[in-house]
Amino acid sequence: MLYREAGQFKTNYVADSAIFPLRQDRIGLGLIIIAAYALAFMGSDFLLQAVLIPFLVFSLAAIGLNILTGYTGLLSLGTGAFMGVGAYACYKLMTAFPGVNVIVWIFVSGFFSAAIGALFGLPSLRIKGFYLAVATLAAQFFLQWCLIRIPWLVNYNVSGALDAPLRTLFGTPIMGPNATPQTRYLVVLTIVILLTWLASNLVHGRIGRMWIAIRDMDLAAELMGIRPLQTKLLAFAVSSYYCGVAGALLVFLWYGGAEYDVFNINQSFFILFMVIIGGLGSLIGSFFGAALIFILPIVLGIVLPAILAPFGLSVGADVIEHLRFMIVGALIIFFLIVEPHGLARLWQIGKQKLLVWPFPY
Amino acid sequence: MDILYKIFIEPFVFMGEAPDLLIQTLWEGLVSGVLYALIALGFVLIFKASGVFNFAQGIMVVFAALTLVGLYEKGVPAFLALILAVLVMLVLAIVVERVVLRPLVNQPDIILFMATFGLTYFLIGFGELIFGGNPKEMITDALFLPQGTTELDMLGGMVRFQHLDIAAAIIASIMIGLLAVFFSKTRIGRALRAVADSHKAALSVGISLNQIWVIVWFAAGIVALVAGIMWGARSGVSFSLQIIALKALPVLILGGFTSIPGAIIGGLIIGVGEKIGEFYWGPLVGGGVETWLAYVIALLFLLYRPQGLFGEKIIERI
Repeated sequence: MLYREAGQFKTNYVADSAIFPLRQDRIGLGLIIIAAYALAFMGSDFLLQAVLIPFLVFSLAAIGLNILTGYTGLLSLGTGAFMGVGAYACYKLMTAFPGVNVIVWIFVSGFFSAAIGALFGLPSLRIKGFYLAVATLAAQFFLQWCLIRIPWLVNYNVSGALDAPLRTLFGTPIMGPNATPQTRYLVVLTIVILLTWLASNLVHGRIGRMWIAIRDMDLAAELMGIRPLQTKLLAFAVSSYYCGVAGALLVFLWYGGAEYDVFNINQSFFILFMVIIGGLGSLIGSFFGAALIFILPIVLGIVLPAILAPFGLSVGADVIEHLRFMIVGALIIFFLIVEPHGLARLWQIGKQKLLVWPFPY
Repeated sequence: MDILYKIFIEPFVFMGEAPDLLIQTLWEGLVSGVLYALIALGFVLIFKASGVFNFAQGIMVVFAALTLVGLYEKGVPAFLALILAVLVMLVLAIVVERVVLRPLVNQPDIILFMATFGLTYFLIGFGELIFGGNPKEMITDALFLPQGTTELDMLGGMVRFQHLDIAAAIIASIMIGLLAVFFSKTRIGRALRAVADSHKAALSVGISLNQIWVIVWFAAGIVALVAGIMWGARSGVSFSLQIIALKALPVLILGGFTSIPGAIIGGLIIGVGEKIGEFYWGPLVGGGVETWLAYVIALLFLLYRPQGLFGEKIIERI
């Protein structure tokens, strides 16, 4: 009843090409953002630290990969390494220049991974599809090796691990051992909203249409005057920028310290899961995917013992872990069979159904 | 200049000075190359017949080996366990075809690729649930796999050949030969090649796609079992074998996704290149180059031949 477009007239081109043409959508988005900020003050520390912060970080990384794989059609398995580059760059920058605010360095560190990403994007001009995926594995393993072998990157500290030093914003600690989950959540939320807004403008504009043209058929796009070199490399750079920032957030605002092992090949696969399950070529899909893939195992870990208990099956933690793997795997297959275009398509269908409800003809 | 000398001169001088070490390294490279080729073969079989890039091949290797060892530990005689493991792979092939492939027919490649990820997760959980996550010893004695080493005097030094490696190379070669005969001579093999050429044309002459898929997944399962036995005998049966299976990917792109000879030659090139690179050039950069060298070799190769050594030429039209 409330979800109607009747009476909302578009009187100019700007209104016609708006990202959220429906007033209800705009209000809904505003409410979601307000609710997200409100959660910082109402949610428990566990919810913020173990669920919401990682969810936002992974969403950001998934948006990055979605720009590359979903919008430009270039399959990449090097996401984890690009995240690592961002994290290590951020560490170097903020320890070398402690005077500058760390927020600046989080944003700047993305440019380092963007440069590296563009470099490893060069083969994409000649190779496509799964061949390219294997080529990006070279980036994954090579960069990971660099992170282990170059002690300069961790300022020659013995443990070889990154740790978050104390940093403040307006006098409040936002990083390091003294920062509360609330402040870290607020910082992550703000950065993610900002970058999502930027990504939304990118993919709906000229650049985004160039990417989509390359994805749909690169030969035809080239004939139309889209330069494949610049467009593909730009996609790699922007994608890696997002992954780099996500990597920096992951280490310094979620874990508070990490080793190179965080950025291994499994991390890359993990992000790829989110993108495909969420929906290729959809920003909201990145959030859905991150929610499903990250939060589902947590929920299963809590729910499974509760389900099994009434049957007199008290099982060990390891069995729960194995069952979790099996269920996640089965659910991935199930979701792909039910809706191969991802959760974003389900969302779209749901919205369409709501629009025409209760007279679906 | 010093660094150039170290890169371009010194390793070759070293090779010339100690030819026995060179042969030893080459041999080790060849053996691991054969085993890479064996894993890559599983990928190629499935990719040719169903166009699915089967990420789960790595876990199938682990799962097959685990089933074999797990059954043996439960008291089943070794050869009965072997037969049962083969049967388990058959059941797996049927289930995969019925539950995963059939509902997803005609979907984009990336979706099928993703589905095999789901399969990987499921098999990891399932395997650990039944057989436990601890590494296991491969039952080399019970399967009459030879052990021990032969040392040959050669070129002024000793070269060691592990009997197990020799056996692995021979078994892998037999396996590859059998598959080649199977593909080119038998009725089912011809049907498989027809499906690889065109699904639609194969369907229209009365070849059942579903049946063919079960057969290729079963064949890939058997290849996985053999690869699992061989790798397991070398480095133990554990879930970390899965990472080794990722090494089959550069082998694949080097040889081309659709070519069986390509998988073999690609495997040998990667195996040898990796060992030589690690042994002679690795110390220059602090070692450990084995983890990424294979991918970089494949990457450089791709820049010149995007379809791989023996892959079908990629023709693009609008």
